[in-house]
Amino acid sequence: MDGPQHWEIFEIPYRPNLNVISCLMEIRKNPVTKSGQKTTPPSWDMNCLEQVCGICTMVINGRVRQSCSALVDKLDKPIKLEPMSKFPNVRDLQVDRSQMFDHLKRVHAWIELDGTYDLGPGPRMDQDDVMERYAYSRCMTCGCCLEACPQYDEDHYIGPQAIAQVRLFNMHPSGAMDRDERLQGIMGDDGITNCGNAQNCVRVCPMNIPLTKAIYEENRETVVHGLLGWLKK
Amino acid sequence: MAGGIKIAIVGGGLAGLAAAMKIAEAGHEVELFSVVPVKRSHSVCAQGGINGAVNTKGEGDSTWEHFDDTVYGGDFLANQPPAKAMCEMAPAIIYLFDRMGVPFSRTNEGLLDFRRFGGTKHHRTAFAGASTGQQLLYALDEQVRRFEVGGKVTKYEGWEMMSLVLDDHQVCRGLVAMNLRSLELKAFPADAVIIASGGPGLIFGKSTNSMVCTGSAVAACYQQGAKYANGEFIQVHPTSIPGEDKLRLMSESARGEGGRVWVPRNQGDKRSPASIPESERLYFLEEKYPAYGNLVPRDIATREIFQVCLQGLGVNGENQVYLDLTHIPAETLDKKLGAILEIYEMFVGDDPRHVPMRIFPGVHYSMGGLWVDFDQRTNIPGLLAAGECDYSIHGANRLGANSLVSCVYGGFVAAPAAIDWAKNVQRNGSNGSRLYEQETKRQQELNDKLIAQSGNENQYELHEEMGRTMTDNVTVVRYNDRLKQTDDKLLELSDRYDRISINDSNLWATMALPHARQLRNMLDLARVIALGALNRNESRGAHYKPDFPDRDDANWLKTTIAEYSGEGPVFSYDPVDISLIPPRKRDYSHEKKEPAAAGKSAS
Repeated sequence: MDGPQHWEIFEIPYRPNLNVISCLMEIRKNPVTKSGQKTTPPSWDMNCLEQVCGICTMVINGRVRQSCSALVDKLDKPIKLEPMSKFPNVRDLQVDRSQMFDHLKRVHAWIELDGTYDLGPGPRMDQDDVMERYAYSRCMTCGCCLEACPQYDEDHYIGPQAIAQVRLFNMHPSGAMDRDERLQGIMGDDGITNCGNAQNCVRVCPMNIPLTKAIYEENRETVVHGLLGWLKK
Repeated sequence: MAGGIKIAIVGGGLAGLAAAMKIAEAGHEVELFSVVPVKRSHSVCAQGGINGAVNTKGEGDSTWEHFDDTVYGGDFLANQPPAKAMCEMAPAIIYLFDRMGVPFSRTNEGLLDFRRFGGTKHHRTAFAGASTGQQLLYALDEQVRRFEVGGKVTKYEGWEMMSLVLDDHQVCRGLVAMNLRSLELKAFPADAVIIASGGPGLIFGKSTNSMVCTGSAVAACYQQGAKYANGEFIQVHPTSIPGEDKLRLMSESARGEGGRVWVPRNQGDKRSPASIPESERLYFLEEKYPAYGNLVPRDIATREIFQVCLQGLGVNGENQVYLDLTHIPAETLDKKLGAILEIYEMFVGDDPRHVPMRIFPGVHYSMGGLWVDFDQRTNIPGLLAAGECDYSIHGANRLGANSLVSCVYGGFVAAPAAIDWAKNVQRNGSNGSRLYEQETKRQQELNDKLIAQSGNENQYELHEEMGRTMTDNVTVVRYNDRLKQTDDKLLELSDRYDRISINDSNLWATMALPHARQLRNMLDLARVIALGALNRNESRGAHYKPDFPDRDDANWLKTTIAEYSGEGPVFSYDPVDISLIPPRKRDYSHEKKEPAAAGKSAS
């Protein structure tokens, strides 16, 4: 829903340890602007408040991040809150990030299980490989990387989020068996080659996911994959 | 709805997704309702791990031992057959997640690693760093997405269940849900409904729960005739980080990996923790419970921490004690506990690798929930429940790392039971559409009334007052006079609720109307919790009354059942199935003594 945009300014009594969400909650209880105007409280998304669900992401003082872990003490005042710009706006600070979940469908971000019945344990793995996969597996689909990426806009580029998930599953011994399907998902016109190497994604990722490493590794994999496909012809 | 079976699932956390995966795999259709995108469900907050007696550490662990720890830790209030069945399924559940690609931590040989948790002497907890819940939820989310692509699962994310659709014989025929953007109400016919909507932590205002954990869907079922069991059993986690907006969990795995709880021995000792010598520190859990030390069950650790602070021994005289990891090498901590240390650092500012954390108990989990039989079926035909929202496994106190396994177990049992029901139930035929129209209309009228009413009460203020009352009076220590006052307060809040106004001129995607509906439901469940506690004159697990300090099996080895009526909850009591292990007194100062029990094979 694209409606007219406007700013509202609120003043919140200071308490130590306040985060941006606590401020918004305060406004919700008493929705009166700084100039004394009664207004409707802004709407925003929130859930875990521990920076692990990813839902409360917004642009705070110009930087995309989760509002639950944005502590007032560490922010310049007045604090400026804006919705993410790369996703359709729902209302106020809420946006619709369903395109990120669609990416996961496109790159087959799962293991093709034979079935959920008991087949004993999975493959043995080296702890070092597990640690690398764990880093990718912490992605909470928050969208910070896509908001900050200069290439991600209007469907031109699938973006680092999905590419890192390709890495996560292609590194797994069972997942590697469907590697090609995943690579196909990132080799189209809007695929991995659209990365402009700005490296904004790694700088804003709240989970410190090595996104540029994933892009580098998957770029290599797609080149080899493309080459093999060409040789087979 | 001609032809195939369609099952509706409410909630997309571990239990709901586990059920969805099983039903879709069996070839049936699933409609999955979730307030938030399912990948953002509260299961992501689980940190420490998932229990299963895989016994790869040469400790002689067994599923029976896990079962015994579970019912002993739960102070014998759990029906034993489902608890046993869960412990027996647990190793296969862990292996399944391993096959789905969960990055579980490994041993030198590349096997799954296990760590210790509370209430057991065995290394039984598989873990993925310190964000195990997140990792398990993602694995199920991935598998369910695979079935979504295959056309078996349809997700309704951003839809909240408002009520069940019941026919004239009280059989569940589907549900009514509200689109949280357009506020559209719509009826969804289904052959069976599985509630997997999680716990009700928000009733206590601030808790370790996520903001979606209102218990609202469960309360709606309760209002429509579903029995609610053991509501008074609320787990207060010993170690949380107090915050302005919520209490953030500090996982039990911190103690599982060697963390020690202490306060300065001398009241008012203002020195920095590092400069207080060992001899002047009071490791109160280790002193009082030499056998289990810092890994006593949560209800016990919570009461001890609470008590120490009441005696004025809290750090700086405040309600806080140290949880100390500083004696463990930073590298080990990063590997095993990284995610939770980051949370502490991010929200408190101190580095727990070098400065002891300051923690205090916080409301965490509801052992109580919808009453279900041993196949996860509620008393309403066609309605099932799984996960934290059902009461079945944990008795009077849940052991750490048993929640993830119980959620998946519940989903895995509910799925075939729902299919079984759906295969045999007679469809409601031409009469059907009337039911759905009536229920949708009833819900629309409730919404319209709320939107139209005006008054000077603020619903968020009412929520805060409810949370404060419940936290002050219905958590760690309970007194009958204060429980009675709590109920009076809840009645007062219910009265004031009729004078709230929605205060939002723009109803598109408003937070106000859904919250108002949730608040009404939370007030009803709060009464079930408070009055259940008032009635139960004994102390058992998480329910502790100084005026009745002992467990009273003669009178209270019973499941509390609450049923809705317009005048408030009506209570009755059911016997507990103790057919496998005879109840014995809990004592964590000594090694656990197991009696020879029926069903245990000699080894």
